[in-house]
Amino acid sequence: MKLEVHKLDAFYGRAQILFGVTLKVAAGEALALLGRNGAGKSTMLRAILGLVAARRGRVVLDGRDISGMATGRIVRRGLGWVPEDRRIFTDLSVEENLEIGRQPPRAGVPHWTVERLFSLFPNLAEVRRRPAGQISGGEQQMLTISRTLMGNPCVIMLDEPSEGLAPLIVERMAVAVTEMKREGLGVLLAEQNLTFSRAVSDRATIIEKGRIRFEGTLECLLADEAVARAYLAV
Amino acid sequence: MDFLVIQFLNGLASASALFLVACGLSIIFGVMRIVNFAHGSFYMLGAYIAYTLAGPLMDWMPGGFWLALPLAALAVAMIGALVEITLLRRIYRSPELFQLLATFGIVLIVQDLVLILWGPQDRLGPRAPGLEGAVNILGSPFPAYDLLLIGLGPLVLLGLTLLFRRTRWGVRVRAATQDREMVEALGIRQDRLFTAVFILGAFLAGLGGAVQLPRAAVHHAMDLEIIVETFVVVVVGGLGSVAGAYLAAVLLGVLNAFGIVVFPQISLVLAFLVMAVVLVVRPLGLLGRPEAASRSTTGLWDTPIRPMARGRRDIVFVLALVLAVLPVFAGSYLLTVFSEVMIFALFACSLHFLMGVGGMGSFGHAAYFGLGAYGAALAMTQLGLPMEAAAFAGPVLAAAGALVFGWFCVRLTGVYLAMLTLAFAQITWAIAFQWDSVTGGDNGILGVWPSAWATSAAAFYYLTLLVAGGGILLLRQFVFAPFGMGLRACRDSPLRADAIGIDRAAHQRLAFVVAGAFAGIAGSLYAFLKGSVFPDVLAIPLSVDGLVMVLLGGLQTLTGPVVGAAVYKVMRVFLASWTDYWRLIIGIVIIALVVAFPRGIVGYIQQRIAPLLDRPEGDQPKAGPP
Ligand SMILES: Nc1ncnc2c1ncn2[C@@H]1O[C@H](COP(=O)(O)OP(=O)(O)O)[C@@H](O)[C@H]1O
Ligand SMILES: [Mg+2]
Repeated sequence: MKLEVHKLDAFYGRAQILFGVTLKVAAGEALALLGRNGAGKSTMLRAILGLVAARRGRVVLDGRDISGMATGRIVRRGLGWVPEDRRIFTDLSVEENLEIGRQPPRAGVPHWTVERLFSLFPNLAEVRRRPAGQISGGEQQMLTISRTLMGNPCVIMLDEPSEGLAPLIVERMAVAVTEMKREGLGVLLAEQNLTFSRAVSDRATIIEKGRIRFEGTLECLLADEAVARAYLAV
Repeated sequence: MDFLVIQFLNGLASASALFLVACGLSIIFGVMRIVNFAHGSFYMLGAYIAYTLAGPLMDWMPGGFWLALPLAALAVAMIGALVEITLLRRIYRSPELFQLLATFGIVLIVQDLVLILWGPQDRLGPRAPGLEGAVNILGSPFPAYDLLLIGLGPLVLLGLTLLFRRTRWGVRVRAATQDREMVEALGIRQDRLFTAVFILGAFLAGLGGAVQLPRAAVHHAMDLEIIVETFVVVVVGGLGSVAGAYLAAVLLGVLNAFGIVVFPQISLVLAFLVMAVVLVVRPLGLLGRPEAASRSTTGLWDTPIRPMARGRRDIVFVLALVLAVLPVFAGSYLLTVFSEVMIFALFACSLHFLMGVGGMGSFGHAAYFGLGAYGAALAMTQLGLPMEAAAFAGPVLAAAGALVFGWFCVRLTGVYLAMLTLAFAQITWAIAFQWDSVTGGDNGILGVWPSAWATSAAAFYYLTLLVAGGGILLLRQFVFAPFGMGLRACRDSPLRADAIGIDRAAHQRLAFVVAGAFAGIAGSLYAFLKGSVFPDVLAIPLSVDGLVMVLLGGLQTLTGPVVGAAVYKVMRVFLASWTDYWRLIIGIVIIALVVAFPRGIVGYIQQRIAPLLDRPEGDQPKAGPP
């Protein structure tokens, strides 16, 4: 297993948001973390990454315990995170944004270069010198994913990468996720968009009010309409 | 015409030094979100170290003078590294205001170290070799060294621009200025970046101080003098913007050079007037950008303010009883000290109302304390009112000032708001300082004595106990009234408060008036306690004292400011009577407290000690956050 999360609790101030969430992601596999708005998907990713200070539980990355570690160290151990609101550096050029994400190559992990990412997302190559604040929303989404890949992660966590994008760009994202899986990355995908999740993920977990409600293959989930209707906005 | 040119050049020369200091502060703030009060101390150290190095180096080799300046800056950079690594690094997770408090501790320590190492007298450095004379510009003499300074500003600006545009490190700094959490989430070593940024900032401040050596005497009040100007420049330019800092430094330098000639009376307030105007028109400064919303989860307000528990009320009751019988045991000196402590407790509570309850940081709370003091003093000396009536004039004047200042301030948030409060306080101070015919200027107003029945120390002590104690209790009532609830809602979530129809601006303006009025009561008591009023009651050190008291006690409790005021004031009175170097000790104590109690003294007791006491009652063994 690339990423194992065991009984994770997380708090914002005194409010408990996650209640004993457990999940696993294998190499070359994409796990879809599905749930409505406010279910706790983003909090889950942030807690795994150590951005939520008040947390309890065990997180293991590539066989090493990373629970309680500071965010920077976790990232340098090979966990990549693509935030929901993209958070690109708008003053920096596209290339400079990629530069910020760059980490040294890691043994046994796919190595990403600027040129390679530009061939994965050709649109980015055309705007490489432009300030990132002046590129389109779709390009920004490609940039934020590329920036995280520059860190050569072994597991990548994507927070609603298809949100608010045109269908053509969503397809591009699906191609990119498939490429990551082919390279052996573990992918944890927080999503509300069932179509996109179905296109890229192997298994699914449904989270509601901070608790896991369903685990299984996507076929299983889609076959059971009652589950989908109960926990997802379909 | 040539006169104008010379004045313009004068403005540019002083702008350069100001820019060196300001851009360092701006870069540090941009990346680390620390308002570094110690920046003025770095500037002062740069000047003193350059002074010490210049002599020996000039004897040792020709051109040694020019070596002394960068060496002094390097020495200051190393001091900066020491401060960052040993102190600031420990408190990155603390709320920003506590980091500010820690840097203020450094200011105090450096002030006394400078006195110990270099003595109290002014130090005159050598003139710059080869540039001692003046050059002729349009028929007027102009110091040759100042021409060099004029060139230095743009040169540093160019160097920094290249650093930030062309180097990998510089790109990281720019990224961190926009969103440092994201920078960390991309795996960049934040601690190293912070240390390096702090060293760069300290270096620039040290250089700014060192290059002053041939121009002006080096003295031990340089730190606060420059820091205030620097704040103005940084805020006018836009926090985190280096180009903005240069623009603002030139604007203020030139305006000041002409202002001194055209209106010498308002030269002291000119900078603050400019700042107030700029902030009202452009709330983020000339070139400032909105900062990424802070996403930190270590909220300051995660523990709501609650009415006092029964057990604690008993403690307060006992305390009140002790205070009530104190005159039986204590002599008049001690009673006067206690009166002063209570006055400052009320002052701290009023500042806490604005900061802790209203969520609006104020760096200029002395304005209302001072207006209260002057209001009462003027009503007595100019209108001939007795104490009982004059005492009301203080809070009224203070509340009126707070109404006007608050009107502008609530349009801003965060550091910008705090800086605007500072600007208003400085303007008020300058008026009191320069309006000789009414306020007596520097000589102050004398003969502000209480009525006959209250002249004895014990009588005045009881008066203070009644008024200050009553004021504190009344202020507490506001916190739990619907108005206080609404105010706290605006503090915690402006968006949601807006959505349920709370008029944020109105609540915050009223908060200013309430806080101002209570600070005014404290100020007017203070005037009668001392029997006189001087412009000091409006000055920055008093505002800082208020901040220290509130933060020491803890922001998220109502008892905090009272405890903070008592601890700080008693410590100061005691230390000042015992040693000349009380600043050094208080600085160390403040830093120790900030490191040990990142939530303030009362916050610490509430979080760590109170639960131990409450456990036997067994009311909540629930699982909480770890
Ligand atoms: N910074 C925060 N402070 C307090 N509560 C938060 C914060 N961020 C999110 N929440 C709350 O946590 C819950 C889960 O939010 P989130 O993880 O963003 O859900 P999702 O990503 O599934 O939409 C929501 O109820 C939300 O209101
Ligand atoms: Mg989300």
